[in-house]
This record gives sequence, C-alpha cells and structure tokens, in this order.
Amino acid sequence: MNAPTKGTGMKWVGRSIRRLEDPALVRGEGHFTADLPATHWVRFVRSPMAAGVINSITAPDGAMVITAADLRGVKKITPMLYKFNYRPVGQPILAEGVVRFVSEAVAAVVASSEEEAEDIADLVELDISETPPLVDAHDALKQGAPQIHAEAPGNIIVHGAHKTAGFVDAWASADKIIKVDARSHRQNATPMEARAAHAAFDKSTGRVTLTCTTQMPHVARTAIADLLGMPESDLRVIAPDVGGAFGQKMSLCTEYVLLVWLARKLKSTVAWTEDRRENLIASFHSRDQHVTLEGAFDANAKLLALRADVVANIGAYSCYPNTAGMEPLMAMAEMPGPYDVQQYQCLARGVLTNTCTMAAYRGVSRPVITFTLERLMDRAANAFAIDPVDIRRRNLIDTFPYTSVTGLVFDEATYKGTLEMAVKAIDVPAFRARQKEARAKGRHLGIGFATFSERTGYGSPAFAARGMAITPGWETVHVSVDPSGYVEARIGASPHGQGLRTTLAQIIADELGIPPDMIKVVHGDTDTAPYGWGTFASRSLVISGGATLIAARKVRAKLIRIASHMLEAAESDIVLEDNRANVAGTDRSIPIATMAREIYTQAHRFNGEIEPGLSESGTYDPPGTFSNACHVAVVELDAETGFVKIERYLVAEDAGRIINPMIADGQVHGGVAQGIGNALLEEIIYDESGGILTANLADYMPPTAHEMPTIELHHIETLSTQSITKAKGLGEGGAIGAPAAVLNAINDALTPFGVEIDTIPATPQRIRALLRGAPNSVRSRESGNPGATS
Amino acid sequence: MKPAPFVRHVPRTLDEALGLLSQLAGQEGRILAGGQSLVPIMAFRLAKPAHLIDINEVAGLDRLESDGKALSIGARVRHGAFHKLAVDNPLGALLTFVARHIAHYPIRMRGTFCGSLAHADPASEWCLTAATLDATMVAKSSRGTREIAARDFFEGIMSTALAEDELLAEVRLPLLAPDAKFGFNEFSRRAGDFAMASSLVTYRIVGGKMTDTRVGVGGAEAAPRRITEAEATLNGQTPNDAAFREAARVASDALDPLEDHQTNAEYRRDLVRAVVRRALENSLP
Ligand SMILES: Cc1cc2nc3c(=O)[nH]c(=O)nc-3n(C[C@H](O)[C@H](O)[C@H](O)COP(=O)(O)OP(=O)(O)OC[C@H]3O[C@@H](n4cnc5c(N)ncnc54)[C@H](O)[C@@H]3O)c2cc1C
Repeated sequence: MNAPTKGTGMKWVGRSIRRLEDPALVRGEGHFTADLPATHWVRFVRSPMAAGVINSITAPDGAMVITAADLRGVKKITPMLYKFNYRPVGQPILAEGVVRFVSEAVAAVVASSEEEAEDIADLVELDISETPPLVDAHDALKQGAPQIHAEAPGNIIVHGAHKTAGFVDAWASADKIIKVDARSHRQNATPMEARAAHAAFDKSTGRVTLTCTTQMPHVARTAIADLLGMPESDLRVIAPDVGGAFGQKMSLCTEYVLLVWLARKLKSTVAWTEDRRENLIASFHSRDQHVTLEGAFDANAKLLALRADVVANIGAYSCYPNTAGMEPLMAMAEMPGPYDVQQYQCLARGVLTNTCTMAAYRGVSRPVITFTLERLMDRAANAFAIDPVDIRRRNLIDTFPYTSVTGLVFDEATYKGTLEMAVKAIDVPAFRARQKEARAKGRHLGIGFATFSERTGYGSPAFAARGMAITPGWETVHVSVDPSGYVEARIGASPHGQGLRTTLAQIIADELGIPPDMIKVVHGDTDTAPYGWGTFASRSLVISGGATLIAARKVRAKLIRIASHMLEAAESDIVLEDNRANVAGTDRSIPIATMAREIYTQAHRFNGEIEPGLSESGTYDPPGTFSNACHVAVVELDAETGFVKIERYLVAEDAGRIINPMIADGQVHGGVAQGIGNALLEEIIYDESGGILTANLADYMPPTAHEMPTIELHHIETLSTQSITKAKGLGEGGAIGAPAAVLNAINDALTPFGVEIDTIPATPQRIRALLRGAPNSVRSRESGNPGATS
Repeated sequence: MKPAPFVRHVPRTLDEALGLLSQLAGQEGRILAGGQSLVPIMAFRLAKPAHLIDINEVAGLDRLESDGKALSIGARVRHGAFHKLAVDNPLGALLTFVARHIAHYPIRMRGTFCGSLAHADPASEWCLTAATLDATMVAKSSRGTREIAARDFFEGIMSTALAEDELLAEVRLPLLAPDAKFGFNEFSRRAGDFAMASSLVTYRIVGGKMTDTRVGVGGAEAAPRRITEAEATLNGQTPNDAAFREAARVASDALDPLEDHQTNAEYRRDLVRAVVRRALENSLP
C-alpha cells in the first residue's frame, strides 16, 4: 500500500485508501439536520387535491397556522431560462388561491413539538373546490385542456426544436427506419435521509443559520435571500452530514424558505423533518418522460439520422435553479449518445401537469434517453439480423475530439474499448450456448448491452448554452497550511456521500507531500466555504478537484520558495515528500511544519520576498469531459409470473484517472443499484384524480440488498485532456447504463415469444400482459424451483 | 408520521388484560402485540387508538406446545419462534418453511402469530396457514371463552369474527398425519414483501394416490381460503405435473381476485396459477 501508484509517479492518487469520512458515520457520530433541538416545530398541511380553488383554511383555536396570506412580500420561486420558448412560472411558498398538485403545502402549523404540530395539522380544515386535474402530459397537451399556469399557454413550459440541414435527404436515403416508443414512468430519488431543515435566529446579530439537507448550500442562500428580500450576509446555510441526495436535494424547497421566514418572524429556532410519506409525494419526482425515437439506417446498419419526440411531464412547477427545461433539453442535446450520426431532428417539450414537480435525479434524462437509444440499436440489430454487439461496433464514435450533431465536443474516450472489454469478460458465445440449452427446457435467459457516454464536469459555458439564468459551472477551493503544518481545504462543492474529503485530500497530498490524514476538507457551510455550486452532475471531482489542484499547486510553489530560502538551495532542487522539504541528492531537509510556522510567525525573516501566510485559492471552470461505459446484464425471465432476476451484471468503465478506485467502484455500485430499481421496481403511480398510490416504501419499491446482483467492474483509464486532474466524472454512469442493459436483456429473453417491452419499470405485471397477448406460444419451465418466487 | 396521542396500559395477567379490554374497547382501545402492523398504521395515522393494551408482559400467553393432537400457539409467540421446529410432526417443518417468508428477520423477532391472524392481512402467511389447516381460534374476553373455526374467522380484508373486547388468546393448529406432505410457494417482487399470491398445500399419498388434499390460496382474495375445487381435482391422482397444472388452473379460475395498482385481476390469476403449481411441485421430495 505504500508504494507509489504504478506508473503515475504519484503516491496517493490512484490508491484505495479508506474514506476519511467513514469512522464518524459508522460509529453513529455524524451530524444530521434532524438531530438539532428546536423551540418550534413545523408540520405542513398539504393539499388532498391535485387541482382546486382554495375557499378557506380554518385553523383550530389558539393554533399558529401560517398561510399564503401571512407571506405577503415574499416572492415566488421563479427560475429562469432565456431560451427554448421557456415560460417562467412562479411557485408560491404556500399555495395561493389555488392548489396545483396533491401534497402541495397549503399551510404550516407551528407548535412546540413535532407530535403536537401533527396533531394540530390534523385539525386544520381545508375547503377546496376541486377543478379537473391533469395528470398525464398528453392530456395536458390536448386542445382545450385546463391551464395550469396562465403564463404557459397550452401547458407547454419549454419547447426546444432542432433540425439539421441534411435531415430530410438522409431520411429519404435510409434502407430501414426503426422506431422505439419508450416510456419512463415517474420515479423518486429516495435518499435515505428525507428532507429536513432547521432555522435559528441569532438575536445579537440578526442573522439566521439555516441547517438543511441540501446539495447546494450557497445556491440556497442566494435564492432564499432573494425571495425574502434580505442581505445574503444575514443568512448562513449549513449542510451538515447529508444522508444521500441524488439530485433531489439540489432544488430549492419551499419548506426551507418558509423556515427562514419563520425564524425571523419568531426570532427563534424552528425545525421541520420531512417524513417518508411526504418525501414520496411532496418532494421532487423525476424521469417522467415519453420518448418516441426513430433511426434511419443504411444497408450496412450504419445510423444516418435520428428523429426524436420528447414529452417530459415536469409537474406543477419549475425547479430552481435548473428549471423545467432540464429533462427535455438534456434529452434533446444528448439523445445521439455515443453514436456517430450526422443528421438529427428533435422536438422536446416540457409539459405542466397537476403532479409533483420534477427535478434532478442521478443521471437526469440520460437513463431515459440511453435506454431508448439502446433499445433502438437492439431493435435495429434484429431488423438487420446482426448481433447487438456488432451494430454498436459499426456505429460507436472512435475518432476524437468528436463534435456531435448537437455541437457537443467529445474528448477522447473508449466507447469501443469498453464494449470489447465487456464482450470478452462476459463470454458471449458461452452465454448464447447456455441460453439455447435453457430455452429448450423452457427457461428464458437474456443478455443486454448498454454503451453510453456520460457528460461530466461541465463548466458555466455548458449551462449558458442552455440559456440558464444561473450557470452553476465553476468551483473555488482555498487550500491553506496552518502553522502546525496541517492542511485545510475549503471547498464550494458540497459532498454528501461521494467521498470528496478523501479524494481531494489524496490530490493535495501528492502536491504537498503531506499525507491525507493531515488534510481536512471543509465544506457545507456558507460562512467558511468559498461561494460554490455544490455537488451534482458528476462534477465535483473534476471541477472542485481541478480547483483543488490549482490551489494546491500554488501552495506547493510557495512551500518550495520558502524551502529554497530556508535551505539556501535552488527551487528546482526542492522535493516535497513525507512532510518534509528535501534538497535533492543531499541530506539537507526541513519539516514542512517548521516552514509553515516560520512563514506565519517569523514572516520578517523572508525580507519581504515571500508574503506571510500559507493560503492559496484556485478556481476552475472546465469545458467538460465525457466518461463512458458498457454495461451488460444477464437476466432470467420467469414467463409464468413475469419476474426478472438479474443473474449477472458487468460494467466496463472509463472515467479517466481514478483517484481512489474503491470510491469509484462504490459510485458505480450505487448507481447500478438505482438503475436496476428504475428498470424493474420503482414507480410513482398517480390515480386519475391525481392522488398518489405509492406513498410508502412497500408500494414504492426501491431494491433491497436481496435484489442486487454482484456487480463485476472493469476499468480503462483514458486520461482526460479536458480536466487538469485528468479525471472524468463518474457519479451518474451506473444509473444511466443500468436501465438500458436490463431492458435489453429482458427483451433478449422475450425473443422467442415475439413481444417487446420499452417501458420502465418493466414490472412483472407489464411483462405478463405482453406474454398473455404474445403471438408465439412458448413452453415455459416444467420443473425446478424457480428463482422468481421465494 | 407521529402517532396521535394514546395511553399505554401494561397488564401482567390475563384477567387484568381482559378487564382493561372490556373497559377500553368502546373507547378506541386496541391490543398491542408485536406492533409490526399496528405501529406503522398508527404512524400513518390510519389508526388512532386512544388506548393500547400491551400484552407483552401478560403471563402465560407465550405458550407454544402440542398435546399430541394440535399445536397451541399463545398470543405472545413470535414469528421467530418457528425458525426452529416447534413440534416433532410435519407441521413443525411446515411452519419453519413458511415462517422464513414473513417479512424480514427483525420483524419476525417481534411480530406475533396471533397478531397476524387478528390483523388479517389477506396476504399473511399465517392466515393462509390457519385457513388451509382449519385452525381453531380461542377468543377470550371477560365475558368468557369461545372457539372459532378458521373458516368462520376471516371475514374480509383486515376483518375477523373477533369482537371488540376479545383477545385472540391462542390458536390451535391440528397436527398433520405423520406421512403428510406439504408444499408452499409465494410470489413477491422483493424479498420480504407481502405476497401478491401464495399457496400452501398438504396431502397424503395412499396407494400411490393423493388423498386428504388441502389447497389453500392467500393474498389473492379478501381472505385466504381452501379452494375445494382444486382439492377435488387432485384427490385420487398420482402426483404429476399435468395434475398439478390442472389443479392450478382450477384454483385460479375459482377466485374472485383482489385488484390493486400493481396487480389487476388477470395478473392475479396468473400468479395464483403459478404459486399453486409451484407449491404442489415443492411438495415432492
Ligand atoms: C416491513 C414489513 C413487512 C411485513 N411483511 C409481512 C409478510 O410478508 N407477511 C406477514 O404475514 N406479515 C408481514 N408483516 C406484518 C407482521 O407480520 C406483523 O407482525 C403481523 O401482521 C402482526 O402481528 P403483531 O404481533 O406485530 O401485531 P400488532 O401490530 O401488535 O397488532 C396488529 C393488530 O392486531 C391486533 N391484535 C394483535 N394481537 C392480538 C390478539 N392476540 N388478539 C386480538 N387482537 C390482536 C392489534 O390490536 C392490531 O389491531 C410485515 C410488517 C412489516 C413492518
């Protein structure tokens, strides 16, 4: 473990050192928002109706119940996008006049305990006249449908279109047109810790400290200060330990705004802890899309053109800061994925409905477009009677940099390399033989491939290209060595499980010659961290890691100057290693701690040539870099029940330089688990009136450890030229590839029946419905204790 | 998800418990056994009992013993008690096999057999077991003791013949014939979830033919029950795949299937067909 990482010349980067954040977490010594004591507790009274006019809200005698009427002067959350026919719509902090989805907060009860607040909330009477709800995006698009917001006629909040000049000709020249009608049902990111907030007013300074479970503390501060009309300096936002977020905790929550408002009003401490039911029905949802995708192929199964129609049901409001454009516009920009295609037409619409607001969830849109595109590839392979691997070989990009049909620049990657690696590891011929044998016995195995690109670590220009009013791209890091020789790095990113305290420490350790356990990464407090955008979109290691490297290099340069001064040696001869500065080829050296002490406490000794102190800052705003992977799923389908069991799961991944292989693997594992949940199990189901039928974890079904296969990982490291650490992001890839691989595997297993499924989750009921209507009757298993039932 | 206010009573004797129950039943008093169904329902405020009569300290209710004819299971006996053989009879093995399909380990260490029956979830494995084996329920109140046959006990979804003031003090499961065979199968989408359909079968083989066949189906209708039509197709048959398939088809057709958001009627019938056939198949050595 102490040898330098092979071939890199680096000692810490590339090693699976244990996570510095874990000891406290595994001992139960972490700090979570809900642990904080409070004087007042809030319970939200939520709308039982999807659409309606509020006639009255009656509070029980003596109770403190806040409604929209109390919030005069508080602005509505109105995120902005300057392109794609975006219609800004405002979200009041508490429903004002009308309700727009089941569980929209209508009133806030304030009491001395959570229990009491819930008791009082039960007694608040809502008189709401129901109006016809729109649950399905296609219903909302119909002529004459009710208007959810007057500002968005036809319920279209965002409307993007793209068409290349040669599209029509390419389409006309095609040998075959292949079509996929893909439906991704609505999902919930389901972090282990639901939302929570705690706002404390400080009478001596007039400031409020908002501790909350968020991925973006600074953005929350900016937004809340804007909405309440207060200086940002009067608000401190702390993200303590955050128990998972997955995008759900990126968007601004009305609840948090209300808490800050209340703390100021009451000049006291106010807390709210979301329960699981609220999280499932009232937090943010995701992935609700209907994508129709057609591909025009030439006679060699080479993709000539793609035509897509994207309808994203974005819910009742637009999420801040990403806006409702996020899902449909990302679908439009990234639909062609890792394939070379020169002609493209796309219509992408975000549609308002009377459902919970859609926001980011690990992968954002790409899990959906990837499974759609990967289904298209498999279906085309069938149509051309070639192997699914072969059609990918013919179409994957392999010259770099590659500029996509939507103008994205792909840096060097290994789309074909990871495919070949996966094909070899899974042993396709052996599988096909086993599949044939099993079919003869009425058992149905299937294999599915997914090759995809994952756009990661993109800076502000990428967000500006979308026309976003807020472009959360760059990051800043302050690295300082204190007089004791220990290091502190203050970062604007806000990790919540990604292990950044460890990986950033590894990067700094190699620059400064100081081991990671002497390096503290400080984050999640707007009073101490530099302004930053938080952690999301597979960005932190690339962007915050890059800023860390820039700052650490400056500190390193300064340490070398100090050493050169103190050791009277040339700067080029100084080597920083094992907490010391050494003069190369001599036995002269000095502890870094001594140098640090000197530059603070005896600064005069440097004759004004070196500035006092040892603290530097770095900011990084990269163009973005694409990581890539090939996922392979092997499944067994139980034709009698429709149950799908994943037999084997394999990932060949290229995320550039891997800073900590164990942490990288963990990211892939977690993402794959969520992707498998999306593919098979998880679905928020609305009834026709807009009520949610899946409001607990028995009905909304994330996978458990029992449902998880062992995940085999293989890595290629293509060092990125677009990222100064040479690392690419990889936080989302697992979730992006898994639905596609699993769905393709199910369809492979379904081949003998002559039916196909292009819907996630591919539930047993959906599969059985297809099999009941299947054109081919196929013998199902005759004996044996099937895996499907327990 | 905080329960509404309630008062908890902790009686030490059966008489004390029954006294409290008769006094408080009319004031929204409920028994608290393992709490694995009641407490979640209270957290969702779907139930707001004003009084909980906690029977976990009541002496004598932990009885789990056989008198050679039946196995008596007291109100404090947990699911986990069946992780090992409760009785030296095929019934013991049957209960052990079934028990591990109930929820997850921590829940099995608290939830009770009698609580499952009193709660009467249509998908409960113990309700299916009681219905298939024609258990006898022993209900006690300060008014006296009465015995209720399984077929009269389950009245519908989460509804039983127990009166408000009655405690299900004990359940008696008849022992199986020493040569009895049993098979069980259930379907759920995740391990530990409530079954979307389940089946328990028992029979004997006499002269190569199936006899005394019982086919129970759970999780498919408002309450689990024996499907006599399916039993009739099997009695007198040699155990074989075709007979099993036919019985499964008959059972599936005989149902009035429950429907919910993940299971429409057609799919429920599919599942019943699968679980009945598989339960029969599992019964083979
Ligand atoms: C996540 C989860 C998964 C589960 N999965 C399954 C499963 O797969 N299969 C399954 O069968 N169960 C499952 N359960 C339920 C579990 O088995 C419960 O333990 C059982 O249903 C009720 O038993 P209890 O002792 O916990 O009763 P309690 O929760 O204490 O009580 C349930 C109801 O029965 C009444 N009651 C209890 N005991 C008596 C009595 N002796 N006389 C009269 N009334 C009484 C109570 O007043 C209450 O109304 C699951 C529970 C959870 C939380």
